[in-house]
Amino acid sequence: MSVYKDAGHLFRFAGLFILAFLVFLVVRHFVVPKSFGQYGHYRGAAIGEIGALPVKFAGHQTCESCHTDVLDVKKNGKHAHVNCEACHGALEKHAEDPASVTPVLPDTAVLCARCHTASAAKPKDFPQVDPAEHANGVPCQTCHNPHSPAIDAGGTK
Amino acid sequence: MNITRRQLLILLPAAAVAWESVLASTPEASPNYKMSEHWWGMLIDIPKCIGCGNCVRACQTENNVPDGHFRTWVERYHRTDWPMTESGEITSNPLISPDVISPDGGKEGFPVATDTEGRYFFVPKMCNHCADSPCTQVCPVGATFISPDGVVLVDQTYCLGCAYCVQACPYGCRYIHPEKKVADKCTLCYHRITKGLTTACCEACPTGARQLVDLKDPKDPIHEFLKTHSVQVLKPEMATGAKAFYNGLDGSVR
Repeated sequence: MSVYKDAGHLFRFAGLFILAFLVFLVVRHFVVPKSFGQYGHYRGAAIGEIGALPVKFAGHQTCESCHTDVLDVKKNGKHAHVNCEACHGALEKHAEDPASVTPVLPDTAVLCARCHTASAAKPKDFPQVDPAEHANGVPCQTCHNPHSPAIDAGGTK
Repeated sequence: MNITRRQLLILLPAAAVAWESVLASTPEASPNYKMSEHWWGMLIDIPKCIGCGNCVRACQTENNVPDGHFRTWVERYHRTDWPMTESGEITSNPLISPDVISPDGGKEGFPVATDTEGRYFFVPKMCNHCADSPCTQVCPVGATFISPDGVVLVDQTYCLGCAYCVQACPYGCRYIHPEKKVADKCTLCYHRITKGLTTACCEACPTGARQLVDLKDPKDPIHEFLKTHSVQVLKPEMATGAKAFYNGLDGSVR
């Protein structure tokens, strides 16, 4: 035992290290979130939290489940592939409670011009006009039905 | 800051409750959704984009994106004709230095272009949801990650706001949220795609220039599209494994 005679200070120091390590393990147990490392080096529960955020755009399937009349007009027209909320805006609130949340009709002077104002930058095959020259202040929907805009498709509402 | 003993005694349990909510696991939002069955990406069809800005506005609405910051934005490129001086010298290379504008991210569209010289096109940009993303690799605390279904997400309760990831993204797709002071980015509308909806930008795109794709779904039209089109990713030399596929991408796009 004579070897350890003067080693007491080392044992005390080692004891201190072991104690510190145990404290570290205990603290770590309480501080690291339970789902950390579930899928990788991150908090697995975060995926569920992000997935639970509220939806604002209801999606065209939801709109079409009630507005079948509009779908009938739209499906054969030039705007068949334009989703409802591309023009009408986010309407999940309306879909949830149609009675109390009434959507505001978009202003066609702004809405139609956003896509159809002529510009050299747009693809050549995309229908575009100079709104001032084309309509002269007359609202678009006077001649075009926004849901099926071609005139020969029975454009007037 | 001076805190009285009374204030400390009130603050400690409040902090404990807040931390408890971080520790507690939240159940999966959509019980029928299996992460292992999906691998999400996006197809961007440049010849179809008309630069209306619908996607930028829809994204801001859906995700409460603060003004002046963008999870998706649209750039308008103008690759001019080769500029030649009267003495017959070529002064610059339009393929290397195209004119690019993106006023307010293209949120309100673009000014009318009257110059018919050269070639114009719009490039919608967003998080590429890289399979080997540089942004997730640099996070010092594990607050950003690639989900098992291939979406790059930020755990905003865990993020410190150090902005390493903002610098690491080669596509400039991240920003520090001005109020939350944490990293914010496109989630590929994770709260929508896990419920069977498409993303807000795809929902609002009037020309179908954006398509959400699920690479693990054998019925997804992306597989046929990739067979019949020349499709590129941005900055392939960075080897990020980007999953935003661009059809008709011009060589001048950076």
